[in-house]
Amino acid sequence: MSDMSGKGRVMIITGTRKGIGLDLSHHYLDRGWTVVGCSRGESDLKHERYRHWCVDVADEPEVVKMVRDTAKEFGRLDAVVNNAGIASMNHAVLTPLSTVRKVFETNVFGTFMFCREAAKVMMRAKKGRLVNCATVATPLKLEGEAAYAASKAAIESLTEVLAREFAPFHVTVNAVGPTPIATDLIRSVPPEKIEALIGSQAVKRLGESRDVANVVDFFLRDESDFVTGQTVYLGGIS
Amino acid sequence: MRERMLEIVRSAVHDLNEELNYPELESPNEATTLHGGEEGLDSLSLVSLIVDLEGRVSDEVGHAVVLADEKAMSERNSPYRTVGSLTDFIVTRCGAGA
Repeated sequence: MSDMSGKGRVMIITGTRKGIGLDLSHHYLDRGWTVVGCSRGESDLKHERYRHWCVDVADEPEVVKMVRDTAKEFGRLDAVVNNAGIASMNHAVLTPLSTVRKVFETNVFGTFMFCREAAKVMMRAKKGRLVNCATVATPLKLEGEAAYAASKAAIESLTEVLAREFAPFHVTVNAVGPTPIATDLIRSVPPEKIEALIGSQAVKRLGESRDVANVVDFFLRDESDFVTGQTVYLGGIS
Repeated sequence: MRERMLEIVRSAVHDLNEELNYPELESPNEATTLHGGEEGLDSLSLVSLIVDLEGRVSDEVGHAVVLADEKAMSERNSPYRTVGSLTDFIVTRCGAGA
């Protein structure tokens, strides 16, 4: 895909109702991909090459059905971007277990199940690209984000192990780790916290969806078949 | 139902063995060892077989089964031990609506 055209290619993006997932959907629709998106609610996105599923990514039968029906309808599945995620910005002492469970169900279990089910389709085709979403909150060890950062650390670990398990089948698994981006996910974070976080970055600005898309573009390239198990953080965080 | 599943499993093993050329898998029957012990498939080939079987069961019988199992790698209790045990496992999963 040297010309970055997605014509004829099919991608699943999770969490497409708003935020980065919605922006990524537009980005890849503009480049010719067929995008199959999902969220818990309906989507306003209308496009001849966009399909929407109302799916809870932590619900195994729903995920299995979505992935298999997608593969059946289009006869292929080239890429998955596991974007769906929820955050919990709270001191650990004030965080109920139910919140931690919910964060892990969506972020970790959801990512695991889409990787597992998509890999089955991709392994038969002997090619595919899985892209997961990490966060700079993990390497920065951000206070107040214990559950969120830990769930994303789990995603990094999943990415590294799945990369090895799927490599014999020519399926790559990578992750992108965004800095704060102006979405609902950080709406409740105090501005001074965001400022401090941006101050710790090498490049001191809020991230944008196009920054995420740029890294995903790289992972999706045919030439990136030797790139797997990597987490790329934005903003100069390491 | 079981006869049909057995045929699907035997056919999938046979097709997989076109690449592997294992003499013991040439004519798979109920007792043919698939995984565990000295004989049978390595783990990557087993993964390929399971992926292929999920597709075949979905295409031919219309059941979206997930054949993951936490006893998968157990030598004594793995449902993937033999063609027969794998057939029983799939029939059970289909019955459970998994």
